[in-house]
Amino acid sequence: MVLVYIEIHQGEIKKSGLEAICFAAQIAKLKSSPLTALVLSNSDSLAGLGNYGVQNVLVANQNIDGSDSQNLCALISQVAEKNQANYIVLSNSSIGKSVAGRLAVRLNRPLVSGVNTILEEGGKLIFRKSVYSGKASAYYTSKNDKAIIALSPNSISPSKSGDSNATVSSVEIAVQPSKIKLLDRNLVKGKIPLAEADTVVSAGRGMKEPGNWGMIEELADLIGASTACSRPVADIGWRPHHEHVGQTGIAIKPNLYIAIGISGAIQHLAGVNSSRKIIVINKDPEAPFFKAADYGICGDLFEVVPKLNEAIRKFKSSNS
Amino acid sequence: MNFLVCISRTPDTTSKITFEADSRKLKEDGLVFILNPYDEWYALVKAIELKEKFGGQVDVIHVGNSNAEVVMRKALAIGADAAFRIDIEPDSSWEVAKYISDFAKTKAYDLILLGKETIDHNGSETGAMVAEFMDLPYISYCNKLDIDGTKATIAREIEGGTETSEVNLPFVLSAAKGLAEQRIPNMKGIMDAKKKPLDIIAVDKLGSDLELVRFELPPVKSGVKMLAVDDMDALIKILHEEAKVI
Repeated sequence: MVLVYIEIHQGEIKKSGLEAICFAAQIAKLKSSPLTALVLSNSDSLAGLGNYGVQNVLVANQNIDGSDSQNLCALISQVAEKNQANYIVLSNSSIGKSVAGRLAVRLNRPLVSGVNTILEEGGKLIFRKSVYSGKASAYYTSKNDKAIIALSPNSISPSKSGDSNATVSSVEIAVQPSKIKLLDRNLVKGKIPLAEADTVVSAGRGMKEPGNWGMIEELADLIGASTACSRPVADIGWRPHHEHVGQTGIAIKPNLYIAIGISGAIQHLAGVNSSRKIIVINKDPEAPFFKAADYGICGDLFEVVPKLNEAIRKFKSSNS
Repeated sequence: MNFLVCISRTPDTTSKITFEADSRKLKEDGLVFILNPYDEWYALVKAIELKEKFGGQVDVIHVGNSNAEVVMRKALAIGADAAFRIDIEPDSSWEVAKYISDFAKTKAYDLILLGKETIDHNGSETGAMVAEFMDLPYISYCNKLDIDGTKATIAREIEGGTETSEVNLPFVLSAAKGLAEQRIPNMKGIMDAKKKPLDIIAVDKLGSDLELVRFELPPVKSGVKMLAVDDMDALIKILHEEAKVI
């Protein structure tokens, strides 16, 4: 069978978790094999996962925190062995990355992390991932038809494949007391984590000063985007560090990335060039970002952005 | 206190990536190789800072061929005390982690550090694997670390926030921005590095069940379409019809 581990956040299945389920369902379909989902806590929506191709949901009823990769590995590997899971799918999140490598060692099977696509060639499952900071793709397969797959967020659009309920049951696994003591977890409230965001509006040094970000936040609100920034403005404290996208910050792959007043240094591009559509607004016609963009507007952002916000408001009111 | 820093050699960020004719190997001609920035700036420098504070030894380890000795000497110039090279070309991070943990088990390290990922494969896999081989806790994406006796307090980045936790030494950590500040090797460091030990360790090839089918370059972008600066209708059309965000 195929086993998928999904993260629950405040009683809700995370978006990346639903993506992992749909990806695992693709493997299950190609292998004509049943799909089981494993979660750490109960959620009202678990039975509904049947609509996405899951037959069984196992709820671990121990008190395991996802950030303790040793205990999470013990749980997933024991469930996998008991159920003879050949493929284990999880999200390539901070939790997924910490546990995927352990599972590969514990269960002695290959790991392909950061996967974005599956294909079948000559009866073999081939997994594609982005490498060299988005400058190339690599295709991997498992020689023994068993693998751990960590799915990159925003790689697939989850869609329902049926109309049936999954059976939900609990699973009891022995784990050791955690060696990691969690002192504090601080999550930015009400915002989609950047790595999972569909739409991102990002701004850089061209904004001139931090007080000018109102129009960026307004644009983000109007189109339901998360806000991000370039490294220099995070370094000088204009914007919080968790907004920094690029090589040393967060790597993102939204459907739409709007870059405003960012020149597009190669280190920035390395974190954003997997975005499906890129719109660049910059007054410097030589800004390297234009070369990586799908659409460009060469103009003063202090004129273009307010005008764009106004046009969006007008569009929305005439279409509501 | 003894530290092991796992270092990787990667093409420079600005490199133009191409592959050999069989599409299974990076074309290395003309590329500039560097010490993987996360290993260097954050993991290695943090280990050196801790050694400066508590005393002890910083070892660096690399799994790969002799081409890496340039970047290993750089690690010594920055301040590592000894370097070890496992003389084999690995095919997977599983192999890298196995060789590193086999080596580390013969020593007594208080802390094993590596960068949050390499900038070539972007896998972020090896740290968790080393931790599992050695049955140690693993904390990834650390941006702050304080050690008091045998207890470490760590801050790390998670999706949409931060997390602080406590763990006893020894453990494995992956280093992210904020953990330390880059150090440029000075002339004395470079001279000293030439006299520091760089041991080569022969091992048997392990192999792996992971098979690289091929590398592929992305389709060339069709080029940017420039819009007139006041053409909001065109932008609205893109946002509505293509991006479907309004």
